[in-house]
Amino acid sequence: MTRIDWLAIAPEVVVAAALLVVLAVDLFLPRERKYWVAALAVVGTTLAMVPVILMAVSGDNYSMFDGSYVVDDFALVLKGVFLVAGYLVLLISVSYIESDRYYQGEYYLLLLSSLLGSMVLTSARDLVVLFVALELTTGPLFLLAGWRKGDLRSNEASLKFFIIGVLSTGLMLYGMSLLFGLTGELSFDGIREAIAAGGMASEPVLGLAVLLILVGFGFKVSAVPFHFWAPDTYQGSPPPVTAYLSVSSKLAGFVAMLAVIYLALPAVTDFWGPALWLMAAVSMTVANLSALRQSHLIRLLAYSSVAQAGFMLVPFAGGAIAEDGLSEGLGATVIYLVIYAVMNLGAFAVVIAGGRRIGSYEIPDWRGLGSYSPRLGVMLAVFFLSLAGLPPLAGWFAKFVMFRAVIISTGPAGVWLAVIAAVNAVVAFYYYARVVKTAWFDPAPDEIPEDAETGPTGPLSLAMGLALVAVLVVGVFPGLATFFGDAAAALVP
Amino acid sequence: MDLLDSWALTLIVFLPLVGALVALAIPKEREEAVKQWTLLVSVVTLVLAVVVAARFDFGAAGGFQFEVDLPWISAIGANYHIGIDGISLPLLVLSALVVVLCVIYSWQHWDEPRNPRAFLVLMMILATGMNGTFVALDLVLFFIFFELVLLPMYFMIGIWGDRTMRKIPGFRKEVETRLYAAIKFFIFTLFGSAFMLLGFLALYFKSGSGGQESTFDIPELIARGHLFEGTFAWLVFGAMFLGFAVKVPMWPFHTWLPDAHTAAPTVGSVLLAAILLKLGSYAFIRIAIPILPETARDWAPAIAVLAVIGIIYGSLACLAQTDVKRLIAFSSVGHMGFVMLGIATLTEVGINAAIIGMVAHGLITGLLFFLAGSIHHRYHTREMSRLGGNLKLMPVMGGILGFTAMASLGLPGLAGFWGEFMALLGSYQPLPGLSTSFFRTAMVIGAIGTVLTAGYMLWMLQKVNLGEPSSEWDGKEFHDVDRYEMVAWAPLIVLIVAVGVYPKLVLGVTTDAVVGLVETAFRAVGG
Repeated sequence: MTRIDWLAIAPEVVVAAALLVVLAVDLFLPRERKYWVAALAVVGTTLAMVPVILMAVSGDNYSMFDGSYVVDDFALVLKGVFLVAGYLVLLISVSYIESDRYYQGEYYLLLLSSLLGSMVLTSARDLVVLFVALELTTGPLFLLAGWRKGDLRSNEASLKFFIIGVLSTGLMLYGMSLLFGLTGELSFDGIREAIAAGGMASEPVLGLAVLLILVGFGFKVSAVPFHFWAPDTYQGSPPPVTAYLSVSSKLAGFVAMLAVIYLALPAVTDFWGPALWLMAAVSMTVANLSALRQSHLIRLLAYSSVAQAGFMLVPFAGGAIAEDGLSEGLGATVIYLVIYAVMNLGAFAVVIAGGRRIGSYEIPDWRGLGSYSPRLGVMLAVFFLSLAGLPPLAGWFAKFVMFRAVIISTGPAGVWLAVIAAVNAVVAFYYYARVVKTAWFDPAPDEIPEDAETGPTGPLSLAMGLALVAVLVVGVFPGLATFFGDAAAALVP
Repeated sequence: MDLLDSWALTLIVFLPLVGALVALAIPKEREEAVKQWTLLVSVVTLVLAVVVAARFDFGAAGGFQFEVDLPWISAIGANYHIGIDGISLPLLVLSALVVVLCVIYSWQHWDEPRNPRAFLVLMMILATGMNGTFVALDLVLFFIFFELVLLPMYFMIGIWGDRTMRKIPGFRKEVETRLYAAIKFFIFTLFGSAFMLLGFLALYFKSGSGGQESTFDIPELIARGHLFEGTFAWLVFGAMFLGFAVKVPMWPFHTWLPDAHTAAPTVGSVLLAAILLKLGSYAFIRIAIPILPETARDWAPAIAVLAVIGIIYGSLACLAQTDVKRLIAFSSVGHMGFVMLGIATLTEVGINAAIIGMVAHGLITGLLFFLAGSIHHRYHTREMSRLGGNLKLMPVMGGILGFTAMASLGLPGLAGFWGEFMALLGSYQPLPGLSTSFFRTAMVIGAIGTVLTAGYMLWMLQKVNLGEPSSEWDGKEFHDVDRYEMVAWAPLIVLIVAVGVYPKLVLGVTTDAVVGLVETAFRAVGG
């Protein structure tokens, strides 16, 4: 008999309610007052924070539906991150969607649906819930990517994303079915115990299942060699959607991966350890080298996000090698995710704000931005250099814990991965710095772009301001971020 | 005064940063207010540094004083641990002093595109990074400050740097010197420090192997030096070596230096030469050698070889320069070679030589870059073939240039002498266990380097100062050294003489700390 704890599912209920309200209200609003829809969506995500904070303060764990749905520290921390990321994306979207002037209601509806999916995902503790949640997260994004219907690139983005998304889902599902067939269990705990009890840790079929699941996740987090959709989809989608894709959808992939690997498959390190080691090394290297040649800002950020995915995979590999590295690795990945979410959204916010003014995302067109718009210039420098990992901006701490999680192993595999990551951090710096260089060192064009007055810019500025404060504060007091890591690391059994 | 003792260092480090934030609040148009404010902040910082020096207990210079140890990032065991001893004190005072002089100098000298507020803000951030590096006693804290200096310097070079176009091998089109130099400087340093960080992390985890809690604390790591040995220590030293050697810079990691120095605006070059280069050699003395003494001894011959190559290579490269600023830049490679040779001997004499060499190089080369900047300001060229007869056109500036060049080539009685002389002296009798004949060979080659140094410095003087002014300057008015320049340079001149005549000014502070360092590090092996 399942008892439903309403507080435990309150965040999801609030978001679901907001979603329905948005749908209903949109029907009755005249076109020029559609911005109310955005306001409702923002209010909804803000309200959903309340139960999350309440539960975090009380510190209780909730387990429902025979342990399929659990609200623990890991889930709460990531629910919070998703909500904050969703909140920032909503702020970023408002002016963009407002100036496009169509289907505003549907836009927010889809965004909230995706957010709902990722919030459920954090609590998923069996394969079915995980799968449904993951699909609920990515499904709406297929539509959002194709938002600019008249734009061929947007159509391409959506189609590519859809086809590859479906392919990866298929592979992942196949892997999950193998896992279920082998162990007879759906819940992560059950799978873990069945593997231990049956001595299956080195069963070849299990290896196949793990690899298929990893391939599926590899697509979701856009790790090399499953990243081919990312640059085109990122470039073609409306920029706010790209911001959401690069953060929430990537985060969702990682959360699913964390849960499956650390809860269900901690014993199978022989399979996923080397696979993720390779994926991490290749992702960093290939994406960074490709990014060096990009001249389109959003494409550059796309490759950057692939490279960052590589960095986030590094602690997984470290965790597999070191003796008790699992909790260290989990904590490091979660800290990286949290910091990445904020700084990447900040970077996108600046790119969108600058793009509105300049009217182009080609890097050379951004020359001299610092001289005619110092505020945007400073923000651009802060977020891009934070992505590059320079102290005292928050990104340094993400890189730091990443290195820490892999150096702990002290074996040659760990050291080599650390060295590869170190070299990559330097390569990555080059392309981030190139953007900063264009904005600050190159002379402004003769015709300075005027500030285009299309739609409200307040929310966008607010999003940038919040991200800026977060990046600076966490950079100087990284202890604030370790809280997330510590809370999440408790997940490791 | 207790309050002062616990807050002095923190203030010295963060006051400039706070000053920078306040300066940002001053409207950009009110340039005078921004300048005065920055000057005030930097002077207060210097006064604090001098007060710290005055209250420093010289009887106990071997230990850390004015220590503060507070939890910072408890989750990873990093603390806000700062303090100074005899080794860092002179460098801290030097750093605070040079920043004040740079503010004074820039009062009337602004490179395009001006914007004094942004420039001074960057300079203050730089000051925080430099001062912080010299007082940090925690590896993570050290790393943060060590990296913090990169950004402001990157922007200084990139925005205010040399705009001439240059053909650079490997590039299809000509690029502006500043752009190339700025990114090169950054990439080189970042490459080194990424590996340095890996080394720090490895030390951290290994430090826990004795059953105690892992730590980033430098004094604590020194105490646990016995835990680090074999291949592990060798690799960690190598990782840190990469980070520090790029910063020094040692041959063959020096190639960023001539570009960065030449491209940087005058004040940027001064700060680079006077302070930033010292961060690397200081880190060798503060971190690499005391924590990994055994490994340092394995590495010492290699360091000595690179140092000696740097000395000779730097001097020869100087002789091939046509640009006076680039010549001074290359001379740094040679001078830092002497510093590193001193460190490589691992003896009290050698390390003392390194520290006094760093201080002297900071004073002298800092002044030389000021002069190069002022010469460029007057002639709008730095090509030595077009200069000449400077002494006739501007007697005071020519005189100061002559004096500084003499100091730079190591004339006895001026500051430059002691670093070179003692480094060579140290190589005569290196730490027991190091090959004496090897180091004596290094000494001889180093001595040849001093001759070459004299050669290129005199050659430069002859080209710039002596002879008849070129006819292209006929009828042009040159104003000699102005007030701001004089105020900025006078302290350096006085100190060059003072340290030259009375080296105990520096050595008196450092000796106890250096003796303590060498004894602790090499006691076990009978050093």
